[in-house]
Amino acid sequence: MTNKPVEIRRTAKLFIGGKFPRSESARSFEVLDRKGNFLANASLASRKDARDAVVAARAAFAGWSGATAYNRGQVLYRVAEIMQGRRNQFVDELAAWIDHAAAEREVDAAIDRWVWFAGWADKLAMVTGSNNPVAGPFFNFSVPEPTGVIAGFAPTNNALIDLVELVASAIVSGNTVVVVASLQNPLPAVSLGEVLATSDVPGGVVNILTGDATEIAPWLASHMDVNAIDLSGISDAKLAFDLEVSAAENLKRILRAGASVQGLARIKTWLETKTVWHPRGF
Amino acid sequence: MSNSFSLQDAARSGLVDVSSNASLTRFLHGLPGVDLVGLEARAAMLGTRSIKTTAKAEGIDLAIRMIDLTTLEGMDTRGKVRSLCAKARRPDPYDATVPSPAAICVYGDMVGHAKDALTGTTIKVAAVATAFPSGRASRRVKLMDVQDAVALGADEIDMVIDRGAFHEGRYMDVLEEIIAVKEVCGSAHLKVILETGELKTYDNIRRASWLGMLGGGDFIKTSTGKVTPAATAPVVLLMLQAIRDFHKNTGQVIGMKPAGGIRTTKDAMKMLVLVKETLGDRWLDPDLFRIGASSLLNDLLMQRTKLRTGAYSGPDYVTVD
Amino acid sequence: MTFEYAPALESTSVVSIKDQYGLFINGEFVNAQAGEHFATLNPANEDHLANISQGSSHDIDVAVKAARKAFVKWSAMPGAERGKYLYRIARIIQDRSREIAVLETLDNGKPIRETRDVDIPLVAAQFFHYAGWADKLEYAGMGNNPQPLGVAGQIIPWNFPLLMLAWKIAPALAAGNTVVLKPAEETPLTALLFAEICQQADLPPGVVNIVTGDGSTGRALVEHPDINKIAFTGSTEVGRQIARAVAGTQKKVTLELGGKAANIVFDDAAIDQAIEGVVNGIFFNQGHVCCAGSRLLIQESIYDQFMELLYDRCNTLRLGNPLDKNTDVGAINSAAQLARITEIAATGDAEGAHRWTASCAIPEKGFWYPPTIFTDVSQANRIAREEIFGPVLSVLTFRTPEEAIEKANNSPFGLSAGIWTEKGSRILQVASQLRAGVVWANTFNKFDATSPFGGYKESGYGREGGRHGLEPYLKVGG
Repeated sequence: MTNKPVEIRRTAKLFIGGKFPRSESARSFEVLDRKGNFLANASLASRKDARDAVVAARAAFAGWSGATAYNRGQVLYRVAEIMQGRRNQFVDELAAWIDHAAAEREVDAAIDRWVWFAGWADKLAMVTGSNNPVAGPFFNFSVPEPTGVIAGFAPTNNALIDLVELVASAIVSGNTVVVVASLQNPLPAVSLGEVLATSDVPGGVVNILTGDATEIAPWLASHMDVNAIDLSGISDAKLAFDLEVSAAENLKRILRAGASVQGLARIKTWLETKTVWHPRGF
Repeated sequence: MSNSFSLQDAARSGLVDVSSNASLTRFLHGLPGVDLVGLEARAAMLGTRSIKTTAKAEGIDLAIRMIDLTTLEGMDTRGKVRSLCAKARRPDPYDATVPSPAAICVYGDMVGHAKDALTGTTIKVAAVATAFPSGRASRRVKLMDVQDAVALGADEIDMVIDRGAFHEGRYMDVLEEIIAVKEVCGSAHLKVILETGELKTYDNIRRASWLGMLGGGDFIKTSTGKVTPAATAPVVLLMLQAIRDFHKNTGQVIGMKPAGGIRTTKDAMKMLVLVKETLGDRWLDPDLFRIGASSLLNDLLMQRTKLRTGAYSGPDYVTVD
Repeated sequence: MTFEYAPALESTSVVSIKDQYGLFINGEFVNAQAGEHFATLNPANEDHLANISQGSSHDIDVAVKAARKAFVKWSAMPGAERGKYLYRIARIIQDRSREIAVLETLDNGKPIRETRDVDIPLVAAQFFHYAGWADKLEYAGMGNNPQPLGVAGQIIPWNFPLLMLAWKIAPALAAGNTVVLKPAEETPLTALLFAEICQQADLPPGVVNIVTGDGSTGRALVEHPDINKIAFTGSTEVGRQIARAVAGTQKKVTLELGGKAANIVFDDAAIDQAIEGVVNGIFFNQGHVCCAGSRLLIQESIYDQFMELLYDRCNTLRLGNPLDKNTDVGAINSAAQLARITEIAATGDAEGAHRWTASCAIPEKGFWYPPTIFTDVSQANRIAREEIFGPVLSVLTFRTPEEAIEKANNSPFGLSAGIWTEKGSRILQVASQLRAGVVWANTFNKFDATSPFGGYKESGYGREGGRHGLEPYLKVGG
């Protein structure tokens, strides 16, 4: 009989402002694997947690968007380094719902995808910006800028790789995000939060709420200090419709449910364009 | 040492036309602009100067001698002031070779306590006045504030300029107030606090520096210490450059005092480097450069001890005041 | 109590220099065929640092073959994988940054503050930036599926040894090429350390090859028939030779050559910052800078005021031991360069210009030239036309913006220029009329991995840095 030491289990909490609080409601929900085995109790986020997360994201926006592109690229690359170190944990968490080999492929792809996004930080301005040859003695240039605070909802399937697509495409250009994790399999998102917390990512740039999107999403969609909303992870069509209507109140930029927008196009969804004129003359 | 350069001298030499606010404005707005990135880069580069061994030992003692040891709190009492003065007399209980700071800096109504406690020393008493720190009071009240401090024996007066008037473009009012305060100072030296954190732009700070010097200030000073940012390296560099320009144009030698946010020996050494490489060794003297600080002294003492013993010191080995 | 700075020497214990170095070919250090060596010195004190292999045309051939063989797999590798190697290299450079900075200072003679704060951070940034392009080539504006050229032969100068290496190797590798690089014979050590870093990064053998040697080694590389691309940074004279040597071949060429940049100061400049810009423009890196602001064009109306401030500022420059963290001006890189500077500067005296020299003590050993300013210079003087590549500033005046532009452009060179004025529209108008590849307004000598750098006219062709920096290493599609 082996004397294997008793395992210390991780508590799955929210990730807000760089810290790991429990929900202010003190509620939790059971996280199970596909066979119905108990994995963990995760914090069940409330609308107040979502409110706090938006405050944290807004507070972090000035610093993160004001950092140099090079700095953001460095920070994102560091995230990939730490993700690589936690590969086994991510694989185990995904393997609770998909087969092990597929889990390994997904984790490796997710890490590579994160690196791909990291490399965009100092290239966006070149590829999306321009100097415009206006018909007059003016210097005219267009630059991309991040839109602000983005609310997003992690999908149930492809729990890690689609989460990476959601988060990295938003923050590489300087946006900050509030993400509601998948209700069925929130653990990869929790681990991603832990990775972000240890990778020089300033607190509040990414905020992760474990809980039920059905409950939280309406509060984020109607929030007047959220600039954009990513509905691609919402599978319920009626909910998606209501959220889109609600988001129209302050003209949030929207990525619709079921939209398959990837890569540079995904990054550009969360960019504004600023065009500046200046005369030329002695 | 007082500034004998008068406004009439300025007008006569053709340097500044002070016949109206409009002409004064044209002069101030005609001063060279300041490129923020360039100024900050130069200040940062000078911050990389490495001050070691003999230079550090000299620098520490020099910095100690330049301190205006300060307490400016609403809850200041006779006891607090006396304690601060005792610290100035004997900064390090374990080492009698440590020099004393140049001055104690207190609110005007505390001057008497400070003078008593410093009897028999050459440590000066500087008083903040003119409705410090905001300066928001009538001219009459502000001048009386100065008179009271002078009457109690203040050797130096640290006044604040009227930032409201500055931002309204009433430069002449700012100037005339400095002149009026200088007159009431009598033989006391005048430091003119610009409150750079409220002036906001480097262009404004250059203009205000000139107002402080044209008005007869013996020193121009960065801040009250109640507003951040205060004595950042770029601000100090800019003000030193203004003093250099004023000296070139008039021959007058004006002192400079950074105050607020200077807490460590490293900060102080950076200040000395800025002075040395902008104005030269002549200004490395407590008569021309002061540092407004309180907790800095203990850090200097701990660093001084480290140079002497080779080991890092700790807060238990320096006194609270 | 005068508060003089005590020596603040950076320790050399972080560095370990071998007695002798071989060539780095196919992932290993190997002996040169002929076994010849030459010495590399520390120009600050003339100390012998190491023996360096003299690469022959045979060695070049071996290296090119290794690069060609490695090209097959390297170019076929997914860009993301190539990028990972470049990211590794960038990280190792950051990890070993102090060691690299000290080595660069020992071999080149430039101040440790510069290698520490400018050169090495830029090197790391260069690799980071291009690492991220390796898997994004289709976004670079070079067509849907741009292809690498093959094997690139790269020849770099001694003034920014590792930075010039980074400017060459990073984009070449990101684009899928393999390289044979010849560092300057005066400053091979950081290139050889870079070879070790490639090994630490497990870079596939043959992707990077470093062949040390003098001008003849470079010529062998340029003339090798199996090179697809030549990238050269150095003098305009050698650039001409290379352009002739590749005539009739299919070899693509980019050249970064000399300059004689005008630093134009208008009467409404932010004076103190303009002073810094002029000083930095010519005395940074001891003036060993192709884009140095070696001509000051000062508006006549502020001449006296500006020059007085300039002389005072230059007298605070600290010249001396490059390992001292407080040194501003380091050593001249070699005896040969010192002789060149001395000779051309002497024509200034001979042709009627007025020489001013900063007051600084000159160390006994080593190669040194104090910061020098010539006034009363005219466009016809040699010191106004020829690149001195040393800490010598030629001062000319102008009356109007048009005249400043005309004088600035009146040169066979066209690498860079500086504009100092607080007026935005003037910056933009003057910039639009300067025939120079890099225009700095209210700043000078700023470099960034994302910012394209290169010249007009006899300053060369091609750009390094940013998206534009990929083009020299790709077959551009439709």
